[in-house]
Amino acid sequence: MSVFLQFLFSGLTIGAVYAMVGLGFNIIYNATSIINLAQGEFVVIGGLLMWLFSESMKLPFLISALLAILFTGLIGLLMERLTIRPVKKKDLLLMIMITIAVSIVLRGLLMFKFGKDPYTYNPFTEGDPINIYGAYIQQQTLWVIGITSLCIILMYLFFNKTMLGKAMKACAVDPTAARITGINVERMVMISFVMSAMMGAVAGIAVTPITLMEYDRGPMLAVKGFCAAIMGGLGRGRGSVIGGFIIGILESLTAGYIHSGAKDAVALIIMLIILFFRPAGIFGSKTIIDLRRF
Amino acid sequence: MQITNRRIFLAFFTLVLVFPFFLEGSYALSIATFAGINSLIAIGLCILMGYAGQVSLGQAGFYGIGAYVSAILSINFGLPVVLSFFMAAAASAISAVVLAIPALRLKGHYLAVATLGFGEIIYVIINEWGPGGPSGFGDIPKFNLFGYVFNTPLSYYFLIWITLMLVMAFSINLINSRFGRALRSMHDSEIASNAMGVDVPTLKIKVFVLSAVYAAFGGAFYAHYVTFISPSSFSLFQSVLVLMMVVVGGITSLWGAIAGAIIITLLPEILREFKEYDILVYGLILISSLLFFNKGLVPIIIERLKKGYKGT
Repeated sequence: MSVFLQFLFSGLTIGAVYAMVGLGFNIIYNATSIINLAQGEFVVIGGLLMWLFSESMKLPFLISALLAILFTGLIGLLMERLTIRPVKKKDLLLMIMITIAVSIVLRGLLMFKFGKDPYTYNPFTEGDPINIYGAYIQQQTLWVIGITSLCIILMYLFFNKTMLGKAMKACAVDPTAARITGINVERMVMISFVMSAMMGAVAGIAVTPITLMEYDRGPMLAVKGFCAAIMGGLGRGRGSVIGGFIIGILESLTAGYIHSGAKDAVALIIMLIILFFRPAGIFGSKTIIDLRRF
Repeated sequence: MQITNRRIFLAFFTLVLVFPFFLEGSYALSIATFAGINSLIAIGLCILMGYAGQVSLGQAGFYGIGAYVSAILSINFGLPVVLSFFMAAAASAISAVVLAIPALRLKGHYLAVATLGFGEIIYVIINEWGPGGPSGFGDIPKFNLFGYVFNTPLSYYFLIWITLMLVMAFSINLINSRFGRALRSMHDSEIASNAMGVDVPTLKIKVFVLSAVYAAFGGAFYAHYVTFISPSSFSLFQSVLVLMMVVVGGITSLWGAIAGAIIITLLPEILREFKEYDILVYGLILISSLLFFNKGLVPIIIERLKKGYKGT
């Protein structure tokens, strides 16, 4: 039982990161129908910048976190301005390729700045792990789960209670109609990139003390986060959060009980099964899928 | 073959035959050989994407199946290399059918991601359960035919490029045949081509199989050339590279696929002097070519030539 709980906790931790990456995918996908495969790099940038500010420059914790989030947001902004906006005919394949190329450039920059070593810093709070029915849960794990929950609530409030959030949702449903009602679609697209970059940064900052962070972690995170988004139904925020946690937990159980190498295949196999049999995701409905532009 | 295509074909073929005599050293020859192997995979993807309009981000999966199956069969089961080549192609074709049947319903992003997932699963499998695991395995026999072993760089260069020219001739004829016209009609509108009597699902499966077989042959050629393979050559990055080749060259042109493959293969060599910055420069070149030449090089050059021709 305690072993099972231990796996469950580690699954929840990594699942929280997948959930955040999945959410980031959805924010951009909803505003632009672009799949941003550089999403994983935002997580890495967040974690590594946090190390840079807090460990290398010795800035106070909160300031470093804020700076790391802002800088990552800036990178999201630059990415949109320089590589997404100039493309007139937003062909699906071209956009996927551009985001892949951006992720290669970001990885190059990260390697140039940080090298190939993994980095870590102290957990947010010092203290012994908490014992729950014989399983040990690190305090940082609670931080990760707490921060993820907070982000999800904030996202929910943003998209449902604020004018800006509602405008972004409108762009997702129909950009032309949104434009007619006076919504600045270009600005919404830009905001979506900044937001999902910041979201990735938050995830990176929270998880680095547990999993360490190195420059080439991005692609795998993007793939897993994407599995989470597909699982919950592309374009559905809540679905991708649940999907992220399910994938994280299944991964950690597979690594624990079956074979550690098989864990990377789990998310992909689940994703393929869902794509083939329920492309709308487990929580998605058929109509949602039909509404999406391909 | 159309007359223009035949002319380009003959000119290119001559170039291929004469080219090695202007090269110095076996290193340049081996780069040229890799360019040929990559062209083979890129042509397959070009038919799949440019003509049939289906996206694949998992070509490295088929490439890996080709390399691993052929290498394992020839080492562990002592099969003649030629036979293991065709077994590898068959294995890849079967996996393509298995992937294509459920993927038939998927389009756009969903198809892209499903194929990406397929490629990654193959990568995880060969990484975990392939011989040698992540570090790979060696001692793969060189390609041989009727007792002749292709063990010099020059002989392998000719083997690859002559095979490639045969494949190219086959592909050009294929896309100008009934099959190719059906592919293009499917690209424009599945419903319309269905109404015209094209069996869309079967056609999709066929074209997936075709591109998988090309990739598998590429993989087998690669394995029996370098004689050592490891999973890292068949990762997602490889799929992306093949995609880049097709897009950089021009997605609707088979010649573009070859041009793209040559450029993408040469790029790391040219960038070698940037040392550790190479990945950065590489990414920047890719982004700028995607942003500014997103139709692909060959179509742009053809357009320019036509304009110039009209002007005079």
